[in-house]
Amino acid sequence: MATTEEIRASLADIVNEVAGIPADDVQLDKSFVDDLDVDSLSMVEVVVAAEEKFDVKIPDDEVKNLKTVGDAVAFIERQLS
Amino acid sequence: MTRSVVVTGLGATTPVGGDVASSWEALVAGRSGAGKLEHEWAEPLPVQIAAEIAVEPSEVLDRVKARRLDRSAQFALLAAMEAWADSGLADTDIDGERIGVACASGIGGIQTLLANYDALRDKGPRRVSPLAIPMLMPNSPSANISLLVGAKAGVHTPVSACASGSEGIALGLDMIRLGRADVVVAGGTEAAVHPLPLAAFANMMALSKRNDDPEAASRPWDKGRDGFLLGEGAGLVVLEEAEHARARGARVYAELVGAGITADSHDIAQPDPEGRGGTRAMRLALEDGEVAASDIRHINAHATSTPLGDVAECTMVHRVLGESAASVVITSTKSMTGHLLGAAGALESIATVLALHHRVVPPTINLDDVDDAVELDIATKPRDLPAGDLAALNNSFGFGGHNVALAFRTV
Repeated sequence: MATTEEIRASLADIVNEVAGIPADDVQLDKSFVDDLDVDSLSMVEVVVAAEEKFDVKIPDDEVKNLKTVGDAVAFIERQLS
Repeated sequence: MTRSVVVTGLGATTPVGGDVASSWEALVAGRSGAGKLEHEWAEPLPVQIAAEIAVEPSEVLDRVKARRLDRSAQFALLAAMEAWADSGLADTDIDGERIGVACASGIGGIQTLLANYDALRDKGPRRVSPLAIPMLMPNSPSANISLLVGAKAGVHTPVSACASGSEGIALGLDMIRLGRADVVVAGGTEAAVHPLPLAAFANMMALSKRNDDPEAASRPWDKGRDGFLLGEGAGLVVLEEAEHARARGARVYAELVGAGITADSHDIAQPDPEGRGGTRAMRLALEDGEVAASDIRHINAHATSTPLGDVAECTMVHRVLGESAASVVITSTKSMTGHLLGAAGALESIATVLALHHRVVPPTINLDDVDDAVELDIATKPRDLPAGDLAALNNSFGFGGHNVALAFRTV
């Protein structure tokens, strides 16, 4: 079972790959849109890559609730448990 | 009063160089950009050679930027960046509403289309990229150039197969003449070195099968020619209204004096055997540019290294120029770059413009044994052009019966 930090780090790598944001900037308190400047299309790419990486489903209706990196990590953790 | 149009910027990324300077140096030196395709996907193909880009865009473009662009748009953006910087317009306060774009493509974002189809088939609809549409749409290169230079006049994407790149430049000429823009970034881009187009062109019997000697595959007018060599890349020029260029003291490479665009209405893939459409395009370009046949001293031919097309074009040249054909130095730079399809006319316009600017015609390589039907002066070594006012033509013909001829003049 992956730890919160392991999930955050993997997600940070995905955000870096998709949007070019330095992985170290992708911290739990950061907002995807306001802090990391991830636009809506890139967010879809991040979500799909995360689904593949963690073998989870993140429904489209859920994506709008994932405002911060912490929100996304928590959602993935719940899916994994 | 007619508005004159000059060329003030050049940009290219090609099989022989990552920019205009290195590409031109290679063309004059007679260096081929052809090679064996080292990809695993090439193994089952009947044709395993192509002229791939000399400098991969990933080596130059920002990684995140690049992954949001189809390969054809990557090429176009690199060429446009170079042309725009070369023009010096970035340092002026030109109004974006006076800048247009006409970046053509023959095939469009086919690599993105096919990669996403593979994802759809193998992994399901969720894996189709949300960026697939803005990446694969044929106007994506033009739209990205518009974003780059702030172009807010017309932004167009002409499509006419292998005549596309020249049609882009002809459209830019019209836009400036009609007063719809003062500056147009015009040309074409193509990134179709992929197993599907290679298989399709091979099945049309259009490609050279000289797999064991790729650099000798593209041999326009040579008796041993057996089809074209697929190339990839982009060429963009900055066209500018002549007074606008003069007022800012711009460096002018050449004047674009005329264009002729015609269609064969004969066959979807075969050219008119009498070459009437191509002949008429050259004639119209001369008329449009008020160029006398005797002023034409150089032609960058379409000549793709196919058995029928190369010789048919020679017949057209004789028909249009008459006795003056004897004083024209002809070349096919496709002997080195391969056939860039929708970018061919654009890259070859750059070669034509530089031939006038530097007064030297790049050679046609691999012309070891000239077809008996050819009675024209084809450069097999770099050839100097004389001093004084002279003009040149660039021909492009495309599947669908499209013919475009562009006439340039020294300044």
